Amino acid sequence: MAKKIIATTSLAGCFGCHMSILDIDERILDLIELVEFNKSPIDDIKTFTKECDIGIIEGGCCNDENVHTLLEFRKHCKTLVVIGECAMMGGLPSMRNTIPLKECLDEAYLNGPTVADCNPQKIIPNDPDIPKILNRVYPCHEIVKIDVFLPGCPPRADLIWDALVALVTGAELKLPYTTFKFD
Amino acid sequence: MASFVKFTINGKTCLAEEGAQLVEAAKENGIYIPTLCNYPGIPPKGSCRICTVLVNGIGQTACTTKVVEGMTVQTSTPELEEFRKSVIEILFAEGNHLCPSCEKSGSCELQALAYRYRVTVPHFPYLFPKRDVEAWHPKLVKDHNRCIQCKRCIRGIRNGKGQALFAFGKRGDKVVINIDPETSRDISDALAQEAMDMCPVGAILRKEKGFDVPIGKRKFDRQPIGSDIQA
Ligand code: SF4
Ligand code: SF4
Repeated sequence: MAKKIIATTSLAGCFGCHMSILDIDERILDLIELVEFNKSPIDDIKTFTKECDIGIIEGGCCNDENVHTLLEFRKHCKTLVVIGECAMMGGLPSMRNTIPLKECLDEAYLNGPTVADCNPQKIIPNDPDIPKILNRVYPCHEIVKIDVFLPGCPPRADLIWDALVALVTGAELKLPYTTFKFD
Repeated sequence: MASFVKFTINGKTCLAEEGAQLVEAAKENGIYIPTLCNYPGIPPKGSCRICTVLVNGIGQTACTTKVVEGMTVQTSTPELEEFRKSVIEILFAEGNHLCPSCEKSGSCELQALAYRYRVTVPHFPYLFPKRDVEAWHPKLVKDHNRCIQCKRCIRGIRNGKGQALFAFGKRGDKVVINIDPETSRDISDALAQEAMDMCPVGAILRKEKGFDVPIGKRKFDRQPIGSDIQA
């Protein structure tokens, strides 16, 4: 059987979900027998070099680069799996969603108690190389179609493992009660 | 002596006292009907709609229905289950539910229903409403981000003089549930705890309390909500 190809990325997340992927411990040796990794921070491949079977997304979209990456994943991956609360509902970064963007930026770069003296020119970072921040944080499914959702903060390693096995072998995807959690 | 009536739930013959609340009567007969705004011992409200069942083929809320002789009840059809999922999804989309940072996580009834029905993301866009957190009350914290307006607190919590601690303000989608600063000022820790326990979500919290039960041991970590009534 040809190895399935997996890509992963972390958008507006904390890499905790990727840590949870690694948390499958020695089962990663079994995984490597079954799959090959393409674009992913795990192997540091930066751009897609192959069409992939499974794309795994951590984090929601807080800037235009996140959106670009998510669209690339949709284009190159047959099945898109989002993992974690940030990808599913915005998570911690989305706490800014109830505050107008300008207020957030002013607080972060101009008025916050820790920035008063270190930004004398009152600059809000605007270098063209810096991704543009979006008006709010968007969960992934509000931007592209998502096929599988694995909740958790981070998702339990066993939930990720069970889902990967199901996706790789074509078995039915089960979401066991004890690993289906939002925290 | 109370008179008993015979009726059926999902084809099973059941017995209950005449006039009993359908949710309770089902429970006594070992059948779980999911509820959220309902709380045993306080007047039912029928506001969340999650307990909708078919009574003689017609959808109605089981918390506001009394059992009568010969009624036929269906608690679970594909349509009812889809409808319940939608109710859960709407409540998640309508408020700000950041479960990972919520003191009630693991023991929250809304979250537990989402677990039971394996609700992942809503079919409705998240609204991210701007809501306040009132941390200035002496004994309680009111987090409006998580309030589902079930009004259990209004119906169920009174101080020693019989005065309500909670009341609602505004109307429609602007409705807020407020803590009355007067009646809540000198409440006992026991009453504060009662208020926290009566709230199905993490909208009423005791001050200086929380995160005291480890993950894995919280109310709904291992067993779905309702499994104490129906396996
Ligand atoms: S109240 Fe319940 S659903 Fe809302 S954030 Fe807290 S645990 Fe999650
Ligand atoms: S504070 Fe809690 S009990 Fe009161 S209406 Fe809101 S969710 Fe219901």
